[in-house]
Amino acid sequence: MIRELTYREAIASAIGDELEADPRTVFFGEDVGAAGGAFKSTVGLLERFGGERVRDTPISEQAIVGAAIGAAIAGLRPIAEIMFADFVGVCFDQIVNQLAKYRYMTAGQVRLPVTLRMANGAGAGFGAQHSQAAENWLINVPGLYLATPATAEDTYRILRTAVQCDDPVVVFEHKNLFGLKGTIDSTAPVLPVGKADVVRSGEHVTVVATQQMRHRAVEAAEELAAEGIHIEVIDPRWLTPFDDAAVVASLQKTSRLLVVQEGPAPGGWAGALVARLCAHHFELFDAPPRLLTSPFTPVPYSGVLEDAWLPSAPDVADCCRELLKY
Amino acid sequence: MTAVYEAQARCEDIWETLLDSMLRIRYFENEVKALFGSGLVRGSTHLCQGQEATVVGACSRLRPGDMMASTYRGHGAVLATGASPTAAFAEILGRDPGLCGGKGGSMHFTDLTHGAIGSNAIVGAHLPIAVGAAFGAQHLKSGAVSLAFTGDGSTNIGAFHEALNLAGIWKLPVVIVIENNHYGEYSPLAATTPISALVDRAKSYGIRGEVVDGNDVLAVRNVVGEAFDRARDGNGPTLIEADTYRFEGHSRSDPGKYRPPGELESWLARDPIERFADLLKEREIAGTEIVEAHRQQVGAEIAAALQAAKAAPEPQPERLYEDVIG
Repeated sequence: MIRELTYREAIASAIGDELEADPRTVFFGEDVGAAGGAFKSTVGLLERFGGERVRDTPISEQAIVGAAIGAAIAGLRPIAEIMFADFVGVCFDQIVNQLAKYRYMTAGQVRLPVTLRMANGAGAGFGAQHSQAAENWLINVPGLYLATPATAEDTYRILRTAVQCDDPVVVFEHKNLFGLKGTIDSTAPVLPVGKADVVRSGEHVTVVATQQMRHRAVEAAEELAAEGIHIEVIDPRWLTPFDDAAVVASLQKTSRLLVVQEGPAPGGWAGALVARLCAHHFELFDAPPRLLTSPFTPVPYSGVLEDAWLPSAPDVADCCRELLKY
Repeated sequence: MTAVYEAQARCEDIWETLLDSMLRIRYFENEVKALFGSGLVRGSTHLCQGQEATVVGACSRLRPGDMMASTYRGHGAVLATGASPTAAFAEILGRDPGLCGGKGGSMHFTDLTHGAIGSNAIVGAHLPIAVGAAFGAQHLKSGAVSLAFTGDGSTNIGAFHEALNLAGIWKLPVVIVIENNHYGEYSPLAATTPISALVDRAKSYGIRGEVVDGNDVLAVRNVVGEAFDRARDGNGPTLIEADTYRFEGHSRSDPGKYRPPGELESWLARDPIERFADLLKEREIAGTEIVEAHRQQVGAEIAAALQAAKAAPEPQPERLYEDVIG
């Protein structure tokens, strides 16, 4: 079935289609049922599937993640929601020491088909403890797939891929993108993990960006096109595994790289990508690879300050112009 | 005590299983101590000697399909499910046919074929997982129960409270047995915990609480049996405080010098194995010679298991990369 849905509605649609497809799938989290989710992204699921399969939990993130792990061991395919990605801080042990390592520590006796969803990112004025792009906290943890969908279409397909995956997947849903509209095809084939999307083709600069930054990169591309500069925008969609090959293929055309990351640079996927490409594909570069990130500060509340914290489309365009000076 | 449990307390049909299981753990850990002394155990290891009656009595109630989660002091609990001592020794030696292929070690004994879903090295972290396993069993209407052992020290960590609360509100078929050995690592309970009866924690989560002499294998078997029946009948979880003592220090680097003089001796006088042997003699179920024959037989079994484990191959280097993800 093909429908026009928002990013927010695509979430409920994907979860609903997975609950429909497999009776072993269950969904739980704080206020996901009766309230339809803090962001109204799970509206209607409780009414459709009942309280056995769509459950509200106490405000207990450790218990939520742990319950998903245990339920998976017992034979279910749980989808668990952490309301804001920032709350990874209160269940870090369950994600990092338990969920990610269970299969390895037991030499494969246990596999955990767990999907963890969480609302991610800045730009909506939630302040320092509700606005972080938390994906980099998990980037160096083996045993987790990490997905960062930027569109309604990708959110739908990635969520379905995640639930069907036999290993843990953490899906970051960007809260500043919930209103984006897209065309959802519920019969489209499952999206493979780790496949990037070349959002826009160009031959001058390769720009790699996720979620909100991907959209700002596209905005910059429009601005630059008027100047005769054509950038290629790549959305990796998954941070683990990362589609290095897609970026390498693009660099072969452009020889210039800009990586845009929401969040501070240290210990992030953007820096790691640049390091890998420099180590293995140094000969492809005609200019020093460039990182555009948030400053190394918490996310501020004030609209003026938060806007300054987030890389903007003009920032992306400026970086591309700089790269073309080489 | 109900009539049926009085009958089982007579134990004519089960005493050999209980005795052998306790002896198996005691002798297994004697060898682990020796292996550690010879430098064959990497990292550390945490012995449960003195606490055998608690794990053996509780695990004697497990049925196929039930699940048991334990702490890093978990050799006894996992062996009590019926896991192979050879595979357990091999795991401690880091060998390929170990319980976890040599990837887990002493603190992570896991044997799904016997329902042992994991030993956890993060204090209390297995409790949300055990509760999740109970949720899985409840959801699938499998009739299974989830059993978790946990230390007295874990009653002060957040995961314990989140887990009990979720178990209480969802009325899950989980039985949590606190192995109260009176020390959280090096600290006596009174120095860290403002209540002396840990079972009182149950009240605040609407959970039934029970106290049992953890060095009396039949008493543990009875109280856990009743708790399992309630859980299987849909009557929710039970928190059981088992009063016991570890004869050794926290880990092999701890000589236990913080113990007041005479304390260890008083507990050695309540050695669960010797108490059970005395009971068998008193009740004219098995005399000294018969029990001695069991000691010899289990001793020989453990010696053979150790020999087999020592002859087992190391893991192939490529196993490093297996069972991470994908």
